[in-house]
Amino acid sequence: MSAKQTLTTLIMALALIAVGTIAAAGDVPEQVSLDTMAKLFNGVEFDHAMHTDLGEDCSACHHHTTGTGTSNERCMGCHAGSDEATTVRCSGCHVAEPFSAKHINRDASNRYQFHIDMPGLKAAYHWNCVGCHEQMDGPTGCQDCHTRTTAGDDFYQINVVHAEAAGRGGH
Amino acid sequence: MSGISRRRFLAASVAGCAATTLAGPRKALASGTFSGYPDGMGVLVDLTRCVGCRSCEAACNKEQKLPAPDRPFDDMSVFDETFHDGKQKRRPDENAYTVVNRYNPEGGAPVYRKVQCNHCNEPACLSSCFVNAYTKTEEGAVVYNSKVCVGCRTCMVACPFHVPAYSYSSSLDPVIKKCIFCYDTRLKNGLPPACVDICPQEALTFGKRKDLIKIGHQRIETHPGRYVARLYGEKELGGTSWMYLAPVAFDQVGFDPTPGNEPIINNVKDFLGTVPMVLAIWPAMFTGFHLLAKKQKGHDDHEHDAEQQQGEDGGEQ
Repeated sequence: MSAKQTLTTLIMALALIAVGTIAAAGDVPEQVSLDTMAKLFNGVEFDHAMHTDLGEDCSACHHHTTGTGTSNERCMGCHAGSDEATTVRCSGCHVAEPFSAKHINRDASNRYQFHIDMPGLKAAYHWNCVGCHEQMDGPTGCQDCHTRTTAGDDFYQINVVHAEAAGRGGH
Repeated sequence: MSGISRRRFLAASVAGCAATTLAGPRKALASGTFSGYPDGMGVLVDLTRCVGCRSCEAACNKEQKLPAPDRPFDDMSVFDETFHDGKQKRRPDENAYTVVNRYNPEGGAPVYRKVQCNHCNEPACLSSCFVNAYTKTEEGAVVYNSKVCVGCRTCMVACPFHVPAYSYSSSLDPVIKKCIFCYDTRLKNGLPPACVDICPQEALTFGKRKDLIKIGHQRIETHPGRYVARLYGEKELGGTSWMYLAPVAFDQVGFDPTPGNEPIINNVKDFLGTVPMVLAIWPAMFTGFHLLAKKQKGHDDHEHDAEQQQGEDGGEQ
Protein backbone atom coordinates (compact mmCIF):
# COMPACT_ATOMS: atom_id res chain seq x y z
CA MET A 1 0.00 0.00 0.00
CA SER A 2 1.41 3.35 -0.95
CA ALA A 3 2.09 6.13 1.53
CA LYS A 4 -0.69 8.17 0.01
CA GLN A 5 -3.19 5.38 0.41
CA THR A 6 -2.06 4.80 3.95
CA LEU A 7 -2.47 8.41 4.90
CA THR A 8 -5.78 8.71 3.12
CA THR A 9 -7.08 5.69 4.94
CA LEU A 10 -5.84 7.14 8.20
CA ILE A 11 -7.64 10.36 7.59
CA MET A 12 -10.84 8.72 6.41
CA ALA A 13 -10.73 6.64 9.55
CA LEU A 14 -10.48 9.72 11.76
CA ALA A 15 -13.33 11.31 9.89
CA LEU A 16 -15.69 8.64 11.03
CA ILE A 17 -14.41 8.48 14.56
CA ALA A 18 -17.26 10.22 16.30
CA VAL A 19 -19.82 7.80 14.93
CA GLY A 20 -20.12 6.37 18.40
CA THR A 21 -23.45 5.78 19.95
CA ILE A 22 -24.95 9.23 20.19
CA ALA A 23 -28.47 8.43 19.09
CA ALA A 24 -30.74 11.18 20.30
CA ALA A 25 -30.52 14.42 22.22
CA GLY A 26 -30.07 13.73 25.91
CA ASP A 27 -28.85 10.22 25.24
CA VAL A 28 -25.33 10.33 26.60
CA PRO A 29 -23.19 7.42 25.39
CA GLU A 30 -21.20 5.28 27.78
CA GLN A 31 -18.53 4.50 25.23
CA VAL A 32 -17.49 6.18 21.97
CA SER A 33 -15.36 4.39 19.38
CA LEU A 34 -12.85 6.77 17.90
CA ASP A 35 -11.61 4.46 15.19
CA THR A 36 -12.43 5.88 11.79
CA MET A 37 -8.93 7.21 11.11
CA ALA A 38 -7.27 4.13 12.56
CA LYS A 39 -4.53 2.85 10.33
CA LEU A 40 -1.11 3.33 11.88
CA PHE A 41 -2.68 3.19 15.31
CA ASN A 42 -5.68 1.21 16.49
CA GLY A 43 -8.86 3.10 17.30
CA VAL A 44 -9.56 4.49 20.75
CA GLU A 45 -12.42 3.12 22.81
CA PHE A 46 -13.23 6.38 24.53
CA ASP A 47 -14.76 5.91 27.97
CA HIS A 48 -17.28 8.71 27.75
CA ALA A 49 -19.00 7.80 31.02
CA MET A 50 -15.75 8.01 32.96
CA HIS A 51 -15.04 11.43 31.50
CA THR A 52 -18.51 12.80 32.24
CA ASP A 53 -18.07 11.56 35.82
CA LEU A 54 -15.13 13.91 36.19
CA GLY A 55 -17.73 16.58 36.81
CA GLU A 56 -16.61 19.06 34.18
CA ASP A 57 -19.19 20.89 32.12
CA CYS A 58 -19.94 19.21 28.81
CA SER A 59 -18.65 22.38 27.19
CA ALA A 60 -15.17 21.65 28.49
CA CYS A 61 -14.91 19.37 25.48
CA HIS A 62 -17.98 20.12 23.39
CA HIS A 63 -17.63 23.92 23.15
CA HIS A 64 -20.98 25.52 22.41
CA THR A 65 -22.65 22.41 21.07
CA THR A 66 -24.40 21.36 24.29
CA GLY A 67 -26.81 23.01 26.69
CA THR A 68 -24.17 24.29 29.06
CA GLY A 69 -22.81 26.92 26.71
CA THR A 70 -19.20 27.55 25.85
CA SER A 71 -16.46 28.34 28.31
CA ASN A 72 -13.85 29.01 25.65
CA GLU A 73 -13.06 32.72 25.50
CA ARG A 74 -12.31 32.49 21.84
CA CYS A 75 -15.72 30.98 21.06
CA MET A 76 -17.62 33.19 23.50
CA GLY A 77 -16.99 36.27 21.42
CA CYS A 78 -19.73 35.04 19.08
CA HIS A 79 -21.28 32.04 20.81
CA ALA A 80 -22.00 33.28 24.34
CA GLY A 81 -25.72 33.24 23.58
CA SER A 82 -25.78 30.59 20.91
CA ASP A 83 -28.48 27.95 20.92
CA GLU A 84 -27.62 24.33 21.43
CA ALA A 85 -26.25 22.90 18.23
CA THR A 86 -27.89 20.04 16.40
CA THR A 87 -24.82 17.85 16.64
CA VAL A 88 -22.31 17.36 19.40
CA ARG A 89 -19.97 15.11 17.50
CA CYS A 90 -16.49 16.50 16.86
CA SER A 91 -16.69 15.76 13.15
CA GLY A 92 -19.78 17.95 12.94
CA CYS A 93 -17.44 20.94 12.73
CA HIS A 94 -13.87 19.63 12.57
CA VAL A 95 -13.23 18.26 9.10
CA ALA A 96 -11.14 15.18 8.52
CA GLU A 97 -9.20 16.77 5.66
CA PRO A 98 -8.57 20.38 6.63
CA PHE A 99 -5.91 20.77 3.94
CA SER A 100 -7.79 19.40 0.97
CA ALA A 101 -8.07 21.76 -1.98
CA LYS A 102 -11.83 21.69 -1.50
CA HIS A 103 -11.62 22.91 2.07
CA ILE A 104 -8.87 25.45 1.43
CA ASN A 105 -10.87 26.96 -1.43
CA ARG A 106 -14.24 26.71 0.31
CA ASP A 107 -16.83 29.42 0.00
CA ALA A 108 -15.75 32.62 1.71
CA SER A 109 -19.15 32.81 3.46
CA ASN A 110 -18.07 29.89 5.62
CA ARG A 111 -14.86 31.55 6.70
CA TYR A 112 -15.61 33.59 9.77
CA GLN A 113 -12.76 35.29 11.54
CA PHE A 114 -12.12 32.45 13.96
CA HIS A 115 -13.35 29.55 11.88
CA ILE A 116 -10.70 30.33 9.28
CA ASP A 117 -8.10 28.67 11.51
CA MET A 118 -10.23 25.88 12.96
CA PRO A 119 -8.28 22.66 13.61
CA GLY A 120 -9.06 19.54 11.64
CA LEU A 121 -10.53 16.48 13.31
CA LYS A 122 -7.23 14.79 14.10
CA ALA A 123 -5.81 17.90 15.76
CA ALA A 124 -9.10 18.59 17.56
CA TYR A 125 -8.96 15.15 19.18
CA HIS A 126 -5.33 15.40 20.15
CA TRP A 127 -5.53 18.94 21.50
CA ASN A 128 -8.70 18.25 23.44
CA CYS A 129 -7.48 15.01 24.98
CA VAL A 130 -3.79 15.75 25.50
CA GLY A 131 -4.39 19.33 26.64
CA CYS A 132 -6.56 18.08 29.51
CA HIS A 133 -4.45 15.00 30.21
CA GLU A 134 -1.37 17.15 30.72
CA GLN A 135 -3.17 19.21 33.33
CA MET A 136 -4.82 16.25 35.05
CA ASP A 137 -1.97 13.76 34.77
CA GLY A 138 -3.81 11.62 32.27
CA PRO A 139 -2.02 9.48 29.68
CA THR A 140 -0.12 11.53 27.07
CA GLY A 141 2.05 8.98 25.23
CA CYS A 142 0.93 7.93 21.75
CA GLN A 143 0.43 4.31 22.68
CA ASP A 144 -1.12 5.12 26.04
CA CYS A 145 -4.36 5.75 24.16
CA HIS A 146 -3.99 3.85 20.90
CA THR A 147 -1.66 0.95 20.29
CA ARG A 148 0.29 0.89 17.07
CA THR A 149 -0.70 -1.42 14.26
CA THR A 150 1.64 -3.52 12.14
CA ALA A 151 1.34 -0.87 9.44
CA GLY A 152 2.36 1.66 12.06
CA ASP A 153 5.38 -0.43 13.03
CA ASP A 154 6.45 -0.45 9.38
CA PHE A 155 5.80 3.26 9.01
CA TYR A 156 8.02 4.15 11.98
CA GLN A 157 10.52 1.48 10.85
CA ILE A 158 10.85 0.13 14.35
CA ASN A 159 12.93 -2.83 13.21
CA VAL A 160 15.84 -0.67 12.09
CA VAL A 161 18.97 -1.43 14.08
CA HIS A 162 21.08 1.57 14.90
CA ALA A 163 24.35 1.64 12.95
CA GLU A 164 26.56 1.94 16.04
CA ALA A 165 24.86 -1.01 17.68
CA ALA A 166 25.40 -3.01 14.51
CA GLY A 167 29.10 -2.10 14.49
CA ARG A 168 28.98 -0.15 11.26
CA GLY A 169 30.08 3.09 12.85
CA GLY A 170 28.18 6.31 13.31
CA HIS A 171 27.29 8.96 10.81
CA MET B 1 40.57 66.84 -37.59
CA SER B 2 37.23 65.02 -37.33
CA GLY B 3 33.96 66.69 -36.26
CA ILE B 4 34.30 65.74 -32.58
CA SER B 5 36.94 67.25 -30.35
CA ARG B 6 38.85 65.30 -27.77
CA ARG B 7 37.29 67.35 -24.99
CA ARG B 8 33.77 66.78 -26.23
CA PHE B 9 34.37 63.06 -26.64
CA LEU B 10 35.71 62.69 -23.11
CA ALA B 11 32.86 64.73 -21.66
CA ALA B 12 30.32 62.61 -23.48
CA SER B 13 32.00 59.39 -22.35
CA VAL B 14 32.01 60.41 -18.69
CA ALA B 15 28.41 61.57 -18.86
CA GLY B 16 27.36 58.33 -20.52
CA CYS B 17 29.11 56.21 -17.93
CA ALA B 18 27.63 58.21 -15.07
CA ALA B 19 24.13 57.92 -16.50
CA THR B 20 24.42 54.16 -16.96
CA THR B 21 25.88 53.64 -13.50
CA LEU B 22 23.19 55.67 -11.81
CA ALA B 23 20.35 54.17 -13.79
CA GLY B 24 21.66 50.61 -13.57
CA PRO B 25 20.89 49.66 -9.96
CA ARG B 26 17.47 51.28 -9.96
CA LYS B 27 16.47 49.32 -13.00
CA ALA B 28 17.90 46.09 -11.61
CA LEU B 29 15.99 46.46 -8.36
CA ALA B 30 12.72 47.17 -10.11
CA SER B 31 13.08 44.23 -12.45
CA GLY B 32 14.00 41.70 -9.77
CA THR B 33 11.63 42.19 -6.87
CA PHE B 34 9.36 39.16 -6.59
CA SER B 35 7.08 38.56 -3.65
CA GLY B 36 5.88 35.13 -4.67
CA TYR B 37 3.14 33.76 -6.89
CA PRO B 38 -0.27 35.12 -5.86
CA ASP B 39 -1.81 31.72 -5.19
CA GLY B 40 1.40 30.03 -4.05
CA MET B 41 0.97 27.54 -1.24
CA GLY B 42 2.89 27.44 2.00
CA VAL B 43 3.08 25.87 5.42
CA LEU B 44 2.79 27.62 8.75
CA VAL B 45 4.89 25.78 11.34
CA ASP B 46 3.68 26.40 14.88
CA LEU B 47 6.45 25.40 17.27
CA THR B 48 4.09 25.68 20.24
CA ARG B 49 2.09 22.75 18.87
CA CYS B 50 4.89 20.35 17.94
CA VAL B 51 5.40 17.51 20.42
CA GLY B 52 8.45 16.02 18.73
CA CYS B 53 6.85 12.73 17.65
CA ARG B 54 8.93 12.57 14.43
CA SER B 55 5.96 11.32 12.41
CA CYS B 56 6.78 13.95 9.77
CA GLU B 57 10.24 12.45 9.37
CA ALA B 58 8.73 8.99 8.89
CA ALA B 59 6.15 10.28 6.41
CA CYS B 60 8.84 12.09 4.41
CA ASN B 61 10.99 8.98 4.33
CA LYS B 62 8.11 6.93 2.96
CA GLU B 63 6.78 9.50 0.50
CA GLN B 64 10.20 10.29 -0.98
CA LYS B 65 11.29 6.63 -0.91
CA LEU B 66 14.39 7.45 1.09
CA PRO B 67 16.75 4.81 2.51
CA ALA B 68 16.05 3.23 5.89
CA PRO B 69 17.03 5.55 8.73
CA ASP B 70 19.87 4.99 11.20
CA ARG B 71 17.39 4.68 14.02
CA PRO B 72 13.64 3.99 14.03
CA PHE B 73 11.41 7.04 13.77
CA ASP B 74 9.99 6.42 17.24
CA ASP B 75 13.48 6.62 18.76
CA MET B 76 13.68 9.96 20.56
CA SER B 77 17.36 9.59 21.41
CA VAL B 78 18.15 11.32 18.12
CA PHE B 79 17.34 14.60 19.84
CA ASP B 80 20.54 14.18 21.84
CA GLU B 81 22.68 13.83 18.72
CA THR B 82 25.02 16.75 18.11
CA PHE B 83 27.89 17.37 15.76
CA HIS B 84 30.92 19.69 15.68
CA ASP B 85 31.53 19.62 19.44
CA GLY B 86 27.89 20.05 20.29
CA LYS B 87 27.43 23.21 18.24
CA GLN B 88 25.42 21.63 15.47
CA LYS B 89 22.15 19.76 15.79
CA ARG B 90 20.87 17.36 13.16
CA ARG B 91 20.47 18.73 9.65
CA PRO B 92 18.64 17.46 6.59
CA ASP B 93 20.83 15.27 4.40
CA GLU B 94 20.57 13.01 1.38
CA ASN B 95 18.75 10.38 3.46
CA ALA B 96 16.38 12.72 5.29
CA TYR B 97 14.85 15.81 3.71
CA THR B 98 13.45 16.89 7.05
CA VAL B 99 14.54 16.48 10.66
CA VAL B 100 13.07 17.57 13.98
CA ASN B 101 15.37 18.99 16.65
CA ARG B 102 14.72 19.62 20.32
CA TYR B 103 15.71 22.83 22.05
CA ASN B 104 15.61 23.59 25.75
CA PRO B 105 15.03 27.33 26.14
CA GLU B 106 15.96 28.80 29.51
CA GLY B 107 13.29 28.18 32.10
CA GLY B 108 10.80 26.69 29.70
CA ALA B 109 9.47 23.45 28.33
CA PRO B 110 11.33 21.82 25.44
CA VAL B 111 10.57 23.27 22.01
CA TYR B 112 10.73 21.16 18.89
CA ARG B 113 11.65 22.60 15.53
CA LYS B 114 11.21 20.91 12.18
CA VAL B 115 13.89 21.70 9.61
CA GLN B 116 13.41 21.42 5.86
CA CYS B 117 13.61 23.63 2.77
CA ASN B 118 11.71 26.86 3.39
CA HIS B 119 10.90 27.33 -0.31
CA CYS B 120 11.93 30.99 -0.61
CA ASN B 121 10.08 33.42 -2.83
CA GLU B 122 13.43 34.38 -4.32
CA PRO B 123 15.57 31.31 -3.70
CA ALA B 124 19.31 31.83 -3.36
CA CYS B 125 19.88 28.28 -4.61
CA LEU B 126 18.03 29.11 -7.81
CA SER B 127 19.94 32.36 -8.27
CA SER B 128 23.28 30.67 -7.77
CA CYS B 129 22.69 27.67 -10.05
CA PHE B 130 24.56 28.14 -13.29
CA VAL B 131 22.88 25.23 -15.06
CA ASN B 132 19.42 26.50 -14.11
CA ALA B 133 18.49 23.26 -12.37
CA TYR B 134 16.16 24.99 -9.92
CA THR B 135 12.58 26.16 -10.49
CA LYS B 136 10.22 28.08 -8.22
CA THR B 137 6.86 26.62 -9.27
CA GLU B 138 3.68 28.65 -9.18
CA GLU B 139 2.42 26.34 -6.42
CA GLY B 140 5.26 27.66 -4.28
CA ALA B 141 7.70 24.75 -4.33
CA VAL B 142 11.39 25.13 -5.09
CA VAL B 143 12.19 22.04 -7.11
CA TYR B 144 15.27 20.96 -9.02
CA ASN B 145 16.12 18.85 -11.98
CA SER B 146 18.77 16.40 -10.86
CA LYS B 147 19.36 15.39 -14.48
CA VAL B 148 21.03 18.72 -15.23
CA CYS B 149 22.63 19.15 -11.80
CA VAL B 150 26.39 18.91 -12.23
CA GLY B 151 27.04 18.61 -8.52
CA CYS B 152 28.92 21.89 -8.14
CA ARG B 153 27.38 22.52 -4.71
CA THR B 154 27.15 26.29 -5.21
CA CYS B 155 23.55 26.20 -3.97
CA MET B 156 24.71 24.62 -0.73
CA VAL B 157 26.90 27.67 -0.14
CA ALA B 158 24.22 30.10 -1.31
CA CYS B 159 21.34 28.81 0.81
CA PRO B 160 20.94 30.97 3.92
CA PHE B 161 19.26 28.05 5.71
CA HIS B 162 21.93 25.44 4.85
CA VAL B 163 19.31 23.14 3.40
CA PRO B 164 20.50 21.59 0.12
CA ALA B 165 22.40 18.38 0.88
CA TYR B 166 24.76 16.43 -1.30
CA SER B 167 24.70 12.76 -2.17
CA TYR B 168 28.27 12.21 -1.00
CA SER B 169 27.55 8.49 -0.97
CA SER B 170 27.36 8.43 -4.76
CA SER B 171 30.83 8.36 -6.25
CA LEU B 172 29.69 8.37 -9.88
CA ASP B 173 26.78 10.77 -10.00
CA PRO B 174 26.59 12.91 -6.88
CA VAL B 175 23.78 15.44 -6.99
CA ILE B 176 21.93 17.82 -4.71
CA LYS B 177 19.12 16.44 -2.54
CA LYS B 178 16.50 18.44 -0.68
CA CYS B 179 12.85 18.78 0.25
CA ILE B 180 10.70 19.55 -2.79
CA PHE B 181 7.43 20.21 -0.92
CA CYS B 182 6.29 16.76 -2.20
CA TYR B 183 5.76 18.57 -5.48
CA ASP B 184 5.76 15.60 -7.86
CA THR B 185 3.49 13.33 -5.88
CA ARG B 186 1.28 15.71 -3.95
CA LEU B 187 1.54 19.47 -4.23
CA LYS B 188 0.89 19.70 -7.95
CA ASN B 189 -2.20 17.54 -7.43
CA GLY B 190 -3.55 19.91 -4.79
CA LEU B 191 -2.54 17.72 -1.85
CA PRO B 192 -0.61 18.85 1.22
CA PRO B 193 2.90 17.44 1.66
CA ALA B 194 3.19 14.11 3.49
CA CYS B 195 4.59 15.68 6.66
CA VAL B 196 1.59 18.00 6.99
CA ASP B 197 -0.81 15.14 6.35
CA ILE B 198 0.60 12.94 9.10
CA CYS B 199 1.11 15.59 11.80
CA PRO B 200 -1.15 14.61 14.73
CA GLN B 201 -1.01 18.07 16.26
CA GLU B 202 -1.59 20.24 13.22
CA ALA B 203 1.70 21.90 14.05
CA LEU B 204 1.94 22.23 10.29
CA THR B 205 -0.82 24.24 8.61
CA PHE B 206 -0.99 23.99 4.85
CA GLY B 207 -2.67 26.72 2.82
CA LYS B 208 -2.24 29.65 0.49
CA ARG B 209 0.72 31.67 1.66
CA LYS B 210 -1.31 34.86 1.74
CA ASP B 211 -3.91 33.18 3.99
CA LEU B 212 -1.22 31.73 6.25
CA ILE B 213 0.18 35.22 6.85
CA LYS B 214 -3.24 36.31 8.08
CA ILE B 215 -3.63 33.18 10.21
CA GLY B 216 -0.17 33.65 11.69
CA HIS B 217 -0.87 37.21 12.76
CA GLN B 218 -4.28 36.21 14.05
CA ARG B 219 -2.73 33.54 16.28
CA ILE B 220 -0.24 36.05 17.67
CA GLU B 221 -3.02 38.53 18.43
CA THR B 222 -5.38 35.94 19.90
CA HIS B 223 -2.75 34.35 22.14
CA PRO B 224 -0.34 37.14 23.09
CA GLY B 225 1.29 35.08 25.85
CA ARG B 226 1.87 32.03 23.73
CA TYR B 227 3.99 33.47 20.93
CA VAL B 228 6.72 35.99 20.39
CA ALA B 229 5.27 38.58 18.03
CA ARG B 230 7.08 37.51 14.92
CA LEU B 231 6.01 35.51 11.90
CA TYR B 232 9.37 34.24 10.74
CA GLY B 233 9.50 33.95 6.98
CA GLU B 234 6.85 36.52 6.18
CA LYS B 235 9.49 39.05 5.21
CA GLU B 236 12.81 37.41 6.05
CA LEU B 237 15.10 37.09 3.03
CA GLY B 238 12.36 38.27 0.71
CA GLY B 239 9.77 35.91 2.20
CA THR B 240 9.53 32.12 2.36
CA SER B 241 6.68 29.72 1.65
CA TRP B 242 7.28 27.99 4.97
CA MET B 243 6.80 30.31 7.92
CA TYR B 244 7.18 29.89 11.67
CA LEU B 245 5.59 30.88 14.97
CA ALA B 246 7.58 30.26 18.15
CA PRO B 247 7.01 30.55 21.89
CA VAL B 248 10.51 31.96 22.50
CA ALA B 249 12.93 34.21 20.66
CA PHE B 250 13.87 32.56 17.39
CA ASP B 251 17.61 32.46 18.14
CA GLN B 252 16.82 30.14 21.06
CA VAL B 253 15.41 27.53 18.70
CA GLY B 254 18.14 27.53 16.10
CA PHE B 255 17.01 30.27 13.73
CA ASP B 256 19.21 33.08 12.48
CA PRO B 257 17.41 35.96 14.22
CA THR B 258 18.61 38.66 11.87
CA PRO B 259 18.78 37.36 8.30
CA GLY B 260 17.50 40.68 6.94
CA ASN B 261 14.56 41.13 4.63
CA GLU B 262 16.50 41.31 1.39
CA PRO B 263 16.59 38.24 -0.80
CA ILE B 264 20.10 36.85 -1.18
CA ILE B 265 20.16 37.78 -4.85
CA ASN B 266 20.05 41.48 -3.91
CA ASN B 267 23.64 41.15 -2.72
CA VAL B 268 24.77 40.66 -6.30
CA LYS B 269 21.98 42.28 -8.27
CA ASP B 270 23.67 45.70 -8.43
CA PHE B 271 26.89 44.18 -9.63
CA LEU B 272 25.14 41.99 -12.19
CA GLY B 273 23.21 45.06 -13.38
CA THR B 274 26.48 46.70 -14.41
CA VAL B 275 27.56 43.80 -16.59
CA PRO B 276 25.48 44.80 -19.64
CA MET B 277 26.73 48.36 -19.19
CA VAL B 278 30.32 47.19 -19.22
CA LEU B 279 29.73 45.04 -22.27
CA ALA B 280 27.92 47.79 -24.19
CA ILE B 281 29.81 50.94 -23.22
CA TRP B 282 33.36 49.85 -22.62
CA PRO B 283 34.17 48.61 -26.14
CA ALA B 284 32.90 51.85 -27.66
CA MET B 285 34.60 53.99 -25.04
CA PHE B 286 37.98 52.35 -25.29
CA THR B 287 37.83 52.29 -29.06
CA GLY B 288 37.24 56.04 -28.82
CA PHE B 289 40.20 56.47 -26.50
CA HIS B 290 42.31 54.44 -28.81
CA LEU B 291 41.33 56.47 -31.88
CA LEU B 292 41.92 59.72 -30.06
CA ALA B 293 45.29 58.61 -28.86
CA LYS B 294 46.23 57.75 -32.40
CA LYS B 295 44.93 61.10 -33.65
CA GLN B 296 46.90 62.98 -31.02
CA LYS B 297 49.98 61.05 -31.98
CA GLY B 298 49.42 62.29 -35.51
CA HIS B 299 49.30 65.94 -34.34
CA ASP B 300 52.52 65.83 -32.32
CA ASP B 301 54.69 63.81 -34.63
CA HIS B 302 54.37 65.61 -37.99
CA GLU B 303 57.95 65.11 -38.90
CA HIS B 304 58.09 61.51 -37.80
CA ASP B 305 54.99 60.80 -39.88
CA ALA B 306 56.51 62.54 -42.83
CA GLU B 307 59.66 60.48 -42.48
CA GLN B 308 57.68 57.33 -42.14
CA GLN B 309 55.63 58.29 -45.20
CA GLN B 310 58.83 58.80 -47.15
CA GLY B 311 60.18 55.51 -45.93
CA GLU B 312 57.05 53.72 -47.00
CA ASP B 313 57.14 55.45 -50.36
CA GLY B 314 60.75 54.42 -50.66
CA GLY B 315 59.84 50.82 -49.83
CA GLU B 316 57.38 50.74 -52.64
CA GLN B 317 59.91 51.81 -55.20
